[in-house]
Amino acid sequence: MIDLTKKAGFGLDQRHRAEQRFQWAGKLAIATSLLFLLVMVGSIVTDASGVLRQTQIAVDLDLGPENVNPSNPQAASYGRIVKSSLRDMFPEVTRRKDKKRLYNLVSPEGSFEIAAMVTDNPALLGSVQTLWLTASDDLDLFLRGKVDISLPPKQRRISDAEITWIKILEDGGQLRRVANWGFLSSGDSREPEIAGILSALIGSAFSLAVCFALSFPIGIGAAIYLEEFAPANRISDLIEVNINNLAAVPSIVFGLLGLSVFLGVMGLPRSSPLVGGMVLALMTLPTIIIAARAALRSVPPSFKEAALALGASPVQAVFHHVFPVAMPGMLTGAIVGMAQALGETAPLLMIGMVAFIVDIPDSVLEPATALPVQIFLWADSPERAFTEKTAAAIIVLLIFLICMNLIAILLRRKLEQRF
Amino acid sequence: MSIRLTTTAAVALLTVAAPALARDQINIVGSSTVFPFSTTVAERFGKSTNFKTPVVESTGSGGGLKLFCAGVGEKFPDITNASRRIKSSEVERCATNGVKDIVEVMIGFDGIAFANSTQAAQMSLSLRDIFLALAKNVPNGDGTTQPNPYSTWNQVNPELPEVKIEVLGPPPTSGTRDAFAELAMEGGCKSFDWIKALKKSDKPAYKSLCHTLREDGAYIEAGENDNLIVQKLQANSAAFGIFGYSFLEQNSDVVQGSTVNGVAPEFEEIAGGNYPIARSLYFYVKKAHIGMIPGIQEFLGEFTAEDTWGDEGYLADKGLIPLSTSERKVWADKIDALIPLDM
Repeated sequence: MIDLTKKAGFGLDQRHRAEQRFQWAGKLAIATSLLFLLVMVGSIVTDASGVLRQTQIAVDLDLGPENVNPSNPQAASYGRIVKSSLRDMFPEVTRRKDKKRLYNLVSPEGSFEIAAMVTDNPALLGSVQTLWLTASDDLDLFLRGKVDISLPPKQRRISDAEITWIKILEDGGQLRRVANWGFLSSGDSREPEIAGILSALIGSAFSLAVCFALSFPIGIGAAIYLEEFAPANRISDLIEVNINNLAAVPSIVFGLLGLSVFLGVMGLPRSSPLVGGMVLALMTLPTIIIAARAALRSVPPSFKEAALALGASPVQAVFHHVFPVAMPGMLTGAIVGMAQALGETAPLLMIGMVAFIVDIPDSVLEPATALPVQIFLWADSPERAFTEKTAAAIIVLLIFLICMNLIAILLRRKLEQRF
Repeated sequence: MSIRLTTTAAVALLTVAAPALARDQINIVGSSTVFPFSTTVAERFGKSTNFKTPVVESTGSGGGLKLFCAGVGEKFPDITNASRRIKSSEVERCATNGVKDIVEVMIGFDGIAFANSTQAAQMSLSLRDIFLALAKNVPNGDGTTQPNPYSTWNQVNPELPEVKIEVLGPPPTSGTRDAFAELAMEGGCKSFDWIKALKKSDKPAYKSLCHTLREDGAYIEAGENDNLIVQKLQANSAAFGIFGYSFLEQNSDVVQGSTVNGVAPEFEEIAGGNYPIARSLYFYVKKAHIGMIPGIQEFLGEFTAEDTWGDEGYLADKGLIPLSTSERKVWADKIDALIPLDM
């Protein structure tokens, strides 16, 4: 007895110290990963902050009858009106090259904005109006101090002449910064100052809806059959091994399958979220099946046995007693699968969703792109202002992900069985 | 849980989708180099006409031509962009799938910059210097070759600084890489007379000698994203990068292009044909789709308008180097008459 206690107490201090060391190492690991996360999110947020506001420039436009035909305002050349107004503001600019720089202060979108304003409010026609138009990305970057003016003029995008014009405009109160709602309410554009995320956001939402509608019922059905009803034989083993293998197949393979089957054989429309969702569903199915089977296995067997003992049929026992208890676990699995699907671009490349799409899709059959694709396309664009758009799109993707997880947590809370 | 409901919904979705809908927007695929220009025109076209904005996919030149040549019909793309000319093998492939009449459009030029950080001195290189610095095997003076022995620029050419050779460039899948190998590497390679003679006697050997880049770490494959290469050059002022002119133009505050054979990669020099590493950009139109998909002819009209691809057009603002006025005229006439490609 005494020996045993001695033995138990042997090196107690040393073992306590070892435990302390381990705990510190654990805390350090968590602190380091938190620090990395903070740095990453911090840098994305600082980059993205430029997207919150956009610059507008006030231009006096002559919308008189000689420029705009009041009965057909859409046919007018608003681009020409903007250019002549800018020339009137700075009459000293005469060289062709300088004029071009002057015109570049206003976004090419400006003329379309005037057309839209005139359509909304025909009262603007007939006289000179001061309208606020979106300024170009270069002007916006300059105002926010993102252009290093100490560099020689050849090395920057804004020349000395442009700086003088901008200063004059600024002093005259003809520049203002407004909230940039367009980023959330418009589709993609090649002009960074007006590019928006909505088409990609809706494309992702449509694809994921299709993906969930297909993969969740099929996945859960397969899992219930395999776990509760399938006879234990070679074929079942073979299926199980294959499902586990499929979960590890590179996602581009599913894209190739989608290209040949959904587009080639079934003739579904290219670039559509329907096909995107179907391909993503194939990709998430193994994840959902594996997670659902694990959830079913974790239900105590006594539930099913008790139901069977009281006379329930196997189907009743499973669907009335096992399935509801396993449901929260299955949902978690489904959300993990969907989160994976949300971040995928590789399979979408094959079915034509890595594309420039301006129009916002109305249905799952219209061409659409997805959030990660939009991030990829913007990151690849030469224009400097797209750096901020890229960061902002990443934040939108993260918020989308958080919302999805939140819904899953709420659903799980609601469905959780208490016993 | 409404499993039955979701299943019904899924089945309903599929049945709705089954009848193929008539496509009413142009579908463009192809090169990622032409993508920024093609999308700009597509966006303007969508905004200024009543047609829907064309969908432009970035699939790479080869991938685009493969899709394009797969057949005629709504399922297949109408236009493909390419950063190189279509190959005769691709024309044949198209023909076997029923794609007979293809209209070729040359839209302009793209310069490939050989640039470094503005923190370092600007370099003045010749094509021969580039070839000697980056080729896997280089001539050793007696008509034979040796594995590339050079590790610093001054070993290549005593006039260059003593800086380690470190070049970031695109991977072999990239069209930019092909163009670089063909224009810069081969250009420097054939400046040796005996190699030039080799072209006639043993073409495969000539090609492998001239086009193969070294794999000992001096040439670093930095991915297809040119912005990434620009960022890496900022971090490492000793390194050089290979990327498209539009990225050089947008980032002129942090990177500078080396002069090649005495010519700087500037707009006027590339447009004038003086800068040696410049290639033509194209797109190809399926003639059978004109009339079948609305707006193709109008789209061609928008693309070939002087306001678009001219010297002062909006594509020049996006970094496209325009064709000369006379060339534009020739191409515009060809396109207007929809004269098919003849190879």
